[in-house]
Parts: sequence; C-alpha cells; structure tokens
Amino acid sequence: MADVTLRKVIKRYDDVEAVRGIDLDIADHEFVVLVGPSGCGKSTTLRMIAGLEDITDGDIMIGGDVVNDVPPKDRDIAMVFQNYALYPHMTVAENMSFGLRLKHYPKAEIKSRVTEAARMLDITDLIDRKPKQLSGGQRQRVAMGRAIVRNPKVFLFDEPLSNLDAKLRVQMRIEIKKVHQKVRTTTVYVTHDQVEAMTLADRVVVMNHGRIEQIGTPNELYHHPATRFVAGFIGSPAMNFIPCRLEEAGGSLNIRLTDRIAFPLPPARAARYQTVPRNEKLLLGLRPEHITEAKQHKEPGVENFDTVLDVTEPMGMETLIYFMLEEVEVCGRVNPNAGARDGGPLRLAVDLNNMHLLNEGTGVVL
Amino acid sequence: MVDFALQPNSVPETRAKRKRASLRTALKRKSTAAFLMTLPLILLISIMVIYPAFYSLHLATLNKSMQRFVGFGNFEFLFKRETFWLVVKQSCIFAITAVVFKALIGFIVAHFVHNIPVKGQRKWRGMLLVPWVIPPAMSTLAWLWLFDPSYSAFNYTLSFFGIGPIPWTGDASWARFSVILVNIWYGAPFFMIMYLASLKSVPEQLYEAAAIDGANWWQRIWYVTLPMMRNIIAITTLFSLIVTFANFDIVRILTSGGPLDHTHIFATWAFRVGIEGGDIPLGASVSLFMFPILAIAAVFILRDINKRGNEA
Repeated sequence: MADVTLRKVIKRYDDVEAVRGIDLDIADHEFVVLVGPSGCGKSTTLRMIAGLEDITDGDIMIGGDVVNDVPPKDRDIAMVFQNYALYPHMTVAENMSFGLRLKHYPKAEIKSRVTEAARMLDITDLIDRKPKQLSGGQRQRVAMGRAIVRNPKVFLFDEPLSNLDAKLRVQMRIEIKKVHQKVRTTTVYVTHDQVEAMTLADRVVVMNHGRIEQIGTPNELYHHPATRFVAGFIGSPAMNFIPCRLEEAGGSLNIRLTDRIAFPLPPARAARYQTVPRNEKLLLGLRPEHITEAKQHKEPGVENFDTVLDVTEPMGMETLIYFMLEEVEVCGRVNPNAGARDGGPLRLAVDLNNMHLLNEGTGVVL
Repeated sequence: MVDFALQPNSVPETRAKRKRASLRTALKRKSTAAFLMTLPLILLISIMVIYPAFYSLHLATLNKSMQRFVGFGNFEFLFKRETFWLVVKQSCIFAITAVVFKALIGFIVAHFVHNIPVKGQRKWRGMLLVPWVIPPAMSTLAWLWLFDPSYSAFNYTLSFFGIGPIPWTGDASWARFSVILVNIWYGAPFFMIMYLASLKSVPEQLYEAAAIDGANWWQRIWYVTLPMMRNIIAITTLFSLIVTFANFDIVRILTSGGPLDHTHIFATWAFRVGIEGGDIPLGASVSLFMFPILAIAAVFILRDINKRGNEA
C-alpha cells in the first residue's frame, strides 16, 4: 500500500511529445482512473509508473520514494494487461505464483495466497488449467489473481476489459470494484471508456493530447466540467454544444440561440455571467437529460420552445430525440409517452439551471 | 424386406444409382479433393525417395559384384571392421557437437539481431545469412585455403602471436575441429533466422509481465523465451541433426575423410567404400545406418512436440 505521485512528468519519443508535463497525486487506497481518447498519453503514463517506459523528465514517486530509475521488478507493483499476458505454457496456479516463486517465497505461503486469490476471484476450479483452455473473462480473472497474490503497493490496469464482450465487461467491472473493496490496494486504471471510468473511480483523471484536462470525482466531472473536452467526453449521449450569445433585455440577461429562440437566464446564472462580454462567441452546453418534453407546470429556470424532430430513438425507459437548431444537431431525452415521433413537432423544455456556458474560442467553461 | 422381394428388378438399379451418388459425394468431400491435389507430389516423392530407398535396401543385401544375395552379410562384415565403428563414433560427435553449437550460436545471435533497431535489422539479417546461402562446396573451398598448413591466413595471423603453425586438417583432432567449425559456420545462420522468427512471435507483453513479476534478464529467457520457442527449437534441432548427420560436401572437400579416416562420417565413408572402392552394396549398407539412428531421434523429438502442441 502506498501513494503515487507524479511531478511534471514528460515523455518524448524522438520528436513526438506523448506526455506533456503531468502532475498527479494518488492517495493510499485510492482508485484512480485515467481516461481519454486513444493517443492521449494515458497508457504511456501508466507504463511510466510501471517502469516499462523511461521518463524523459520529471519525477515519479511510489510510497514517497523516487522510482525514476528503479526497474519494474523493484517497484513492487502489479499490472493487468489488456490482452492478459498470461504465460501460455504455465497453468493458472503457476501463472499466479510466478512472481512469488521468483522471489523464493516458502511453498506453503505461495499455496495459501494462490488459493485465497482463486477463491476471491471464483477460479478455484480452473487452477490446473492452461490459459488456452480458459474463456476471455476467466483469463482476465487469472491476470487479476496474478496481481493480487503479489500483494503489491500499487495495482496498474491497462484497459483490462477492452477485449471482453459488452456483457462480460459489465460483469468484470463489478468484479474489479469488489476486489478493490476487499484488498484496498492503491489502483491506477487506464481506459478509454468513460462509463468504466465513472463507475469504478474514486477520482477520474481526464487526459487529452498528453495533458490532464481535469481531475475530479465522477460527479464533479459530470456536473462541473472545466473544459469543453471534459464536458463532451464524459456522459453518453454527449453534451450538446449550441452556439449562442448573451444580450441585455429589459434589465435581465438573455441567452440567444437563434434569431427565433432566446431564453432569460435564471437569476443565479445571470449573476454569474454578468461579466462575460456581450459580443463574445459562446457555446451553451446542455446535457440531453436537460432537454425534455414541456411539462404542465412551468418551473423556474425551465424554458419551453417548439421544434420539429428529425429522428427519435426509443430506448424503452426513455426516448432519445434529435433535432436541428440552426446548423447544430441537438439531442434530448423525453418520456416514451411524450408523443415524440420521427419528423413530428414537439414542445420541449430546456432546464437552464443545469446549463454550462463555454467560451467557443478557448473551450473553457465559464 | 418384403418390398424388396416383391420388386427384384429395382435392387441393382438403386445400387448403381447409389454408387454414382457416393462417388460424387466422395469427390465433393474436402479430404478427397485435398488428396487428389497432393497426388502429384506423393507420386513424385514415391519415385524420387521411396524407390531409391528400397533399392538401396535391396543393394545392401547383394555381394560386391551385385550378382548374389548375401542377406545380412554386408552388415556382418561392417560390424567386424574397426573403421566402421570409428565412423559411427565420428558421425555422432560431428552431428551432435555441430548442432549444439549451431543452436547456441544461432540463439545468441538471434537475440542480438532481435534487439537491433528495426531500421538496421534487415541489413544485419541479410549479412548474417550469407554463409548459409553460399553453396557449401564453394565456401568450403575458401575454408580449405584458410586452413592450408603453410600459406594460410590463419596460421600467418597466429604466427604473430608465436602460435602454430597449426595442422588444421593434418592432425586428427584438429581436422575434426576444423570440419565441425566449418559446419557450424555454415549452419548457424539457419538457426539464427528460425529463432529470430520465433522470437518475434513472442508477445512483448509477456516480457513486460515477467519484468513486473520480478524476473531478471536470465529468468525472462529461461521462463518465457525458451518455453515459447520449444517447438521451433525441437523442429530445427531435428532438422539440423538429420542434415548434419547426412553431411557430405564439407568433409569431402576439407579432409576427404582423412587423416587416416579420422574425419569420415557416414556419407563420406559410404562414398569412399561404395563409389571409390567399387563396392556399391557395402556403401549402401553403410549409408543405411543413418536411418535407424535418425529415426530414433525423430521419434523422441517429434513426440515431444505433439505433447506440447496442446498447450500454446
């Protein structure tokens, strides 16, 4: 068990900068997920923590010790790989005990640790099989077992669920969470799947182009994104971004979306955006769940407008609707009984209490 | 049964129909088509390999003038000759030593080449393959000159260090050493290229997993590389053992089996006895001895591959 600290970590390949100065503090017992699109440097960061990649500049500390030049085997970490990386010629038990055997642990200790881990992961029956005889999910369990028996300071997961089918992925996600609740080992987990990040993490680190965009709990990221990238990356379906500008209208502040549509801002929002220049190009960020069918009783901060739908996607518990606002396609979520149909008109309500206002040029959330 | 008894004429008719239908389905079956496609090769092998093999078996049972059947007479004669046992011993020493060193050197060089940056790798691979692609008869001739006792580059170079002159092909032990050395030089690139291909197929993440599990450089080779390469190692070893055992040109050109038959191996001695000595049946008997030895080796090595085939 240990905390992990990254200080101004940089990774440069020839002339490409993959990681551009990362600062990150991971507390003991914490489950941190690095998430971002492919090529954002998240895997490279993980591999630098593991010691599989040299760092070009900066410091990495595990348990307070700088480990920049410490080889992987002496960092006391365990890693779970995307393609499992099980030794094909060894049985499950041999795979799991390999690290302990190399360190010359007593046989009885090895056996008890392997048995315990196998029990925890529900793979006791498979212990004498070879990896080839296992399914994808079982292999992933063995890979996790191999990490658990080592009882390392830090667990590193490199997209461990990407090779599994959707159903198994959900199941293994819960499994990983359970394991972490039991062993409480500091965990760094890399994924490109924002759902995995949201469901597993104590804290999520959103990365883009080799930099950290934002660090926060899943709820913080969802409700208070700092940048357009985070706002668009977290949440599915993604947040809508609608070009807009602010204008004074009789003492109150209005947000104008199109020539036809403008809404008065709720007082709290109006106060917050008072200093924003009126001619600035802005984006209104609205999550699909805040665009719903118009209700009978109008609540404060909720504004109604009429539109014609392009496409509807009935999901069962809700229906996703798509319509155009000027040049932008907007997605909303309505009740299945709201009467939404392809090409049909619908009166919609936008909840401006949950709106985000972004600077179009910088992408910063105001 | 009753139906058939009532219509006796229909029986042969349906049978013929069924026969035609079964021929058609047989042709449709994949295995039949595959057999027909490989038939030319099977015939070629039969003519070029199986017929000569049986012919040499037949030859081995004749007397020197090939007029009379003598049964195991040739073999009885061979067993009584000291030279024959010398050849058996030398063949084993030659093949085993050469294969072991070829495999070892091939393995080490393959690792070096594997770790060369990809850009320069093609160049090195090409250069390292040169000994293997030059016809051995020609390259051995060059070695023969290098080994010349009085004017060779080797002895000339060694003379600066006050060593030599070494009788590379004149002394029994040195001659055996030289013959094996040239064979290693010629054969190691084959191992190198096979092992290199095999090394490249080992997933990089296995090494990373092993590195994290705490394996040092040597343990990674021992616990990851070697087990992953087992089948390739077994097959190349067997193949090389067969080829080396049956080697002819290197020994023939370098020493012609001398001095005093001390570098003869099966193929060269069979040639000496059968062609040069004019006793073809005896030569055939000598060459037949390679078969049981190699068959046993093949059984052992290939059985292992079958056993391990299920794992990877």
